[in-house]
Amino acid sequence: MAERARPLSLGAAAGWLATAGLLLLTVGTTAAVLVRAGAAPRPGPGDWAAVQFTALQAAASALISAALAVPVSRALVRRIFPGRGALITLMGAPFLLPGLVAVIGILEVFGRAGWISRAIAPLGLAPLQIYGPAGIILAHVFFNLPLAVRLILQGWHDIPAERFRLAASLGFGPRDVARLLEWPMLRTTLPGTILTIFLICLTSFVVALTLGGGPRATTVELAIYQAFRFEFDPARAAMLGAVQFALCLCATLATMRFAAGAGFGAGLDRPIRIIVAQAAGARIHDVAILLMVTAFLSAPLLAVVLAGLPYLFDMPASLALAALRSLIMAVASSALALGIALALAHVALRAGPAGKLAEVTGMLSLSASPLVMGTGLFLLLRPLIDPTAVALPATVAVNAAMAVPFVLRILLPGLREIQAGYGRLSDSLGVTGWPRLRLVTLPRLRRPLGFAAGLAAALAMGDLGVIALFGDPDRATLPLEVFRLMGAYRTNVAAAGAVVLLVLSFTLFWICDRWGRNART
Amino acid sequence: MLALDHLTLAVGDFRLAAHLTVKDPGVTAIIGASGSGKSTLLAAIAGFLVPQSGRILWNGEDLLPLAPGQRPLTMLFQDQNLFPHLSTAKNVALGLSPSLRLTAADWARVDQALLRTGLAGLGARLPSELSGGQQARVALARMLLRARPLLLLDEAFAGLGPALKAEMLDLVVALATETRAMVLMVSHDPDDALRTAPQTILVADGMAHPPVSTTDLLANPPPSLRRYLGK
Repeated sequence: MAERARPLSLGAAAGWLATAGLLLLTVGTTAAVLVRAGAAPRPGPGDWAAVQFTALQAAASALISAALAVPVSRALVRRIFPGRGALITLMGAPFLLPGLVAVIGILEVFGRAGWISRAIAPLGLAPLQIYGPAGIILAHVFFNLPLAVRLILQGWHDIPAERFRLAASLGFGPRDVARLLEWPMLRTTLPGTILTIFLICLTSFVVALTLGGGPRATTVELAIYQAFRFEFDPARAAMLGAVQFALCLCATLATMRFAAGAGFGAGLDRPIRIIVAQAAGARIHDVAILLMVTAFLSAPLLAVVLAGLPYLFDMPASLALAALRSLIMAVASSALALGIALALAHVALRAGPAGKLAEVTGMLSLSASPLVMGTGLFLLLRPLIDPTAVALPATVAVNAAMAVPFVLRILLPGLREIQAGYGRLSDSLGVTGWPRLRLVTLPRLRRPLGFAAGLAAALAMGDLGVIALFGDPDRATLPLEVFRLMGAYRTNVAAAGAVVLLVLSFTLFWICDRWGRNART
Repeated sequence: MLALDHLTLAVGDFRLAAHLTVKDPGVTAIIGASGSGKSTLLAAIAGFLVPQSGRILWNGEDLLPLAPGQRPLTMLFQDQNLFPHLSTAKNVALGLSPSLRLTAADWARVDQALLRTGLAGLGARLPSELSGGQQARVALARMLLRARPLLLLDEAFAGLGPALKAEMLDLVVALATETRAMVLMVSHDPDDALRTAPQTILVADGMAHPPVSTTDLLANPPPSLRRYLGK
């Protein structure tokens, strides 16, 4: 259907502004990095080792997460038990979990002085050695196993229930079901899942920052940070940024071929009864797997809380101030991400090249590295202003940009539905422009809007990226403050800070999501 | 007077031509097989489809440059005529102000329109708290307040069941007669046309034919219509 030519509306203007801003933050900063890298020294052997390690740990993390996720999701699909819904909700939690909180929890459980080391000491066994490649991969599996489970669960639910009924009526055994139904589904789901996790682990920073380091376990992202922070060498940081950009680009191009869904779609808590798998052996197998994964996912969270709670009142005053600062920044970042996503969506919903450009722009930061963005911003801002002075707004902007792909994916289906269901009615009544947004779009979009706002706020709350790069020590965010306490070996107070961070992140999400669920429809 | 002047519409491979005028106020039915282009024709008049060529004139004024909301018409859709999150009164009030900025006098007019359509006292309810017939009446109350001289019905009330549909069509005709509005009514039911529309536009074979007397058309249908009617 032909598009009516109209003068540039407010919405379209906002859409183009958002597109331009986001392009500046992603492509613009990358370009600044590439230009600067052109004059930088070539990557040395140490840098190539970092590239190799980055790819290897990401591949290992992705493969292990996906391999473990297959039996877990299968057990979830075919068992009905009390607390099943809660467990699936727990699977969504690591997405909102601040990286630092998870790392502290993992150290409390798997560290030198952690639960397991203490438990095996009486047996004469040496304490676990968590720092290095093993720790990084362990933390990445902790974060991404739940994501993999949710993605594969989606695949399982995409198999029509009628197929399983047919299989049961034809007397299929478990092996036949696996070969004829489950394996074809996994073959289409797994590549996307593995690549998505690979991409996440390529750009993961906090885990490498806290558990990595040294010649054996330095990722490119960590090397950028070190070039900045310890070597004061922006040129080297830019060179490493260019390397990281190339890595991400390759991974993104590969991922696009096997695009997996976002994995937080609706309907995941609906069980499928697979009649053929009710044998006692299968049941014990499933229960054991579910118990193990529940323990693995909840132990670190429990450990943080247990370690931190007794020290809540020993926290320095600077932590409270940092918490307040982080809260404000999280809300600002969430609002900015929502504004950008809504404006982009306004253009993205149109047919034609403009819509495509807006949608692709919205997804760009999915493959961008926050530290590359940070480095680029630093290079762009330095001739104009002291970057340290604007570290907080820069962090807000980068966090918003990082959240836009998720927000856009959450909002677009709802917006398409509104367009299809109420677009003509609104047009015919002359409800356009600002009144349309106020009276039709926002009220009808409230539920996904609340969810997206919560997600963006929690992501920003827990982020430790750009702020670590060139933040002012006197104006730290809560994650940065907790990281400093860790570095000063004040482990208990750091854990207390992590508890605050955890509670604030989840509360922010809960409030926003709650608001969305109270929608009148 | 509505004039479709050498109008050509295109949706994908589908083409529809129309060159006709509808002169008098009152009801004109548009009938034809499904897929013949009845709704496409209405969509073009309402402003949702830009014609490939030709003009759409209302009393000599070209409607083409006007956005859907600015055209001198109200359209009733098959379904989704109401916003489910807005109260009945607000849904009606959109007919007076698309931004819902109303004066006290405006709200009094909303109440009158609700009264006229048999919805007195229901203004605070959400559409989901109304019956199907009442929901249709809300759309009619809004149409009354919009007071546009042309009314387009795109198989409106089709979901209501025969008795209720007939009642609603009668109400529309009564309201349109009151305001001396012209009504174009797309229907796949020839009985609707016979009951309410003195004249009918037949859409068949990629062509919207000029209006003719409904009784004559149905008494002596051309072959394309005969196939559709199954006679």
